[in-house]
Amino acid sequence: MSIDYESKLSDAVKVVPPSAIRRFFDLANEMKGEVISLSIGEPDFVTPWTIREAGINSLVDGYTHYSPNAGYIDSRRAITQYIERRYGISYRPKDECLITVGGSEGLDLAARALINPGDEVIIVEPCFVAYKATVLFARGIPKIISTKQENNFKLLPEELEDAITDKTKYLILGFPSNPTGAVMSREDLEKIKDVLLRYPDIIVLSDELYCELNYTGSNPVSLACFEEIRNRVIMINGFSKSYAMTGFRVGYVLGPKELIAPMTKIHQYCIMSSPSMSQFALIEAATNGDECIAEMREEYNHRRRVIVNGLKEAGLDCFTPYGAFYAFPSIKGLGMTSQQFCEKFLVEKHVAIVPGNAFGECGEGHVRISYAASMNDIVEAIRRLGEFVKEIKEGKYDA
Amino acid sequence: MLDRMELLRLVERDAKLNSKEIAVMLGASVEEVEKELDFLVKEKIILGAKTEINWEKTDLESVVAMIEVRITPIRNKGYNHIANLISKYDKVKACYLMSGGFDLMIIYEDKNLKAVSSFVSDRIAPLEGVLSTTTHFVLKKYKDNGILFEDSSNDDRQAIIL
Repeated sequence: MSIDYESKLSDAVKVVPPSAIRRFFDLANEMKGEVISLSIGEPDFVTPWTIREAGINSLVDGYTHYSPNAGYIDSRRAITQYIERRYGISYRPKDECLITVGGSEGLDLAARALINPGDEVIIVEPCFVAYKATVLFARGIPKIISTKQENNFKLLPEELEDAITDKTKYLILGFPSNPTGAVMSREDLEKIKDVLLRYPDIIVLSDELYCELNYTGSNPVSLACFEEIRNRVIMINGFSKSYAMTGFRVGYVLGPKELIAPMTKIHQYCIMSSPSMSQFALIEAATNGDECIAEMREEYNHRRRVIVNGLKEAGLDCFTPYGAFYAFPSIKGLGMTSQQFCEKFLVEKHVAIVPGNAFGECGEGHVRISYAASMNDIVEAIRRLGEFVKEIKEGKYDA
Repeated sequence: MLDRMELLRLVERDAKLNSKEIAVMLGASVEEVEKELDFLVKEKIILGAKTEINWEKTDLESVVAMIEVRITPIRNKGYNHIANLISKYDKVKACYLMSGGFDLMIIYEDKNLKAVSSFVSDRIAPLEGVLSTTTHFVLKKYKDNGILFEDSSNDDRQAIIL
């Protein structure tokens, strides 16, 4: 007798829809190897050797067991020292820091620790796909703010104020942004902080994964930098993007101990502890990795300028991204949806980029182009994009 | 504003870039880049541009030696006099003044061991002020000028990562 598996699933899982670009996903996977990929949200650099070596040495030395739930104290200390050096804010390694399995675990822990069914969580789209999913899994209600290109995809204080209700539990803010590349400056964040001061019950989840990939020349900045609200900011960060350590699966959350403790409780039952080897590698990264970051940032910055310049030459409207490793040009006016554009571009020109609607409905009309790829690939892909846009305008792909 | 150090790092890594490409990468105008490059060449900060070649993969027979030289500095001329003399030979690829147990390190390239040996015995050893030499032959190059000769890294990333 067959089982109706669907009926066995929890409502929370069922309520999360399949990715809006699943078909495109399948197609891109089928063509992998034949195409230039500007669709990858992870660094193309291999993790710097000294960091890999630190991980290897920990294995040689026999550190192959569980670590303390929150992570080795030396690893947590390396993290808090790094944060103090880069952001100028202090956290206690002992009870204000938890080492997680990547930044994504931090999003999930926060959702499960904070949300009661029916609580609202403000999400600023277009954004990383896990924000909405983690809220839905925890039976929260995502309250979406759609940022706009004319505002450089920044969150405006009035937009935040309009989205707040008496059910708002927390706000997730992820800048520099995946997928838009937008950044929020200290002045921009100050205005957000002023709104939050009027709503003292709202917690902030500040996703800082791309904090080091900021091309404005300023140091990383976060809502946690403002003393008045620091006691309700959970900073989520990790090593994946800044240090090209995606496969190490290691990140961390920092915040008031009253919030870190319940997150640690969930982590201890579900994960136990993050990989020991990765925790040793992160000590090297956080302690001696500033130079590696600077080198990679400079290389990304060159590629960023080449992409933005190429998009303009291709006749696409693109606001200038100042963070992460993405450009998010508009394809409005070309008579195609984001998905149609990306599918056609993939099939005709063998270049993979991602439809903007994968990152929220307001991403429709845009495409995400990652410059975590070699300069040669970027130059060639942009040349093909220019060709493709020209052909569309000439009517070659009219139905 | 053009960052001189950033420009130098860029052209050191890729000498094939033209002014327009450099200008785009640095967010500067072509004129600014060309003016700065001219200045850097004039000041001998940029000395030239070369292609990195793994000669071991060709049919060319050649030998690279590292020659340590101990010398007595010449009055009023220090080490420079001998170092400059040695550097004049085309096959001397590098010549460095060193701290430690010897004074000059010479990187020398020639067609075979015999040629290297004649260079050391006929050209270096007889120079006034040279006390002794020690010659080491390079057996295999793994990395040169920051470039790995056998880089096995490949892009194993997934097709799409959001």
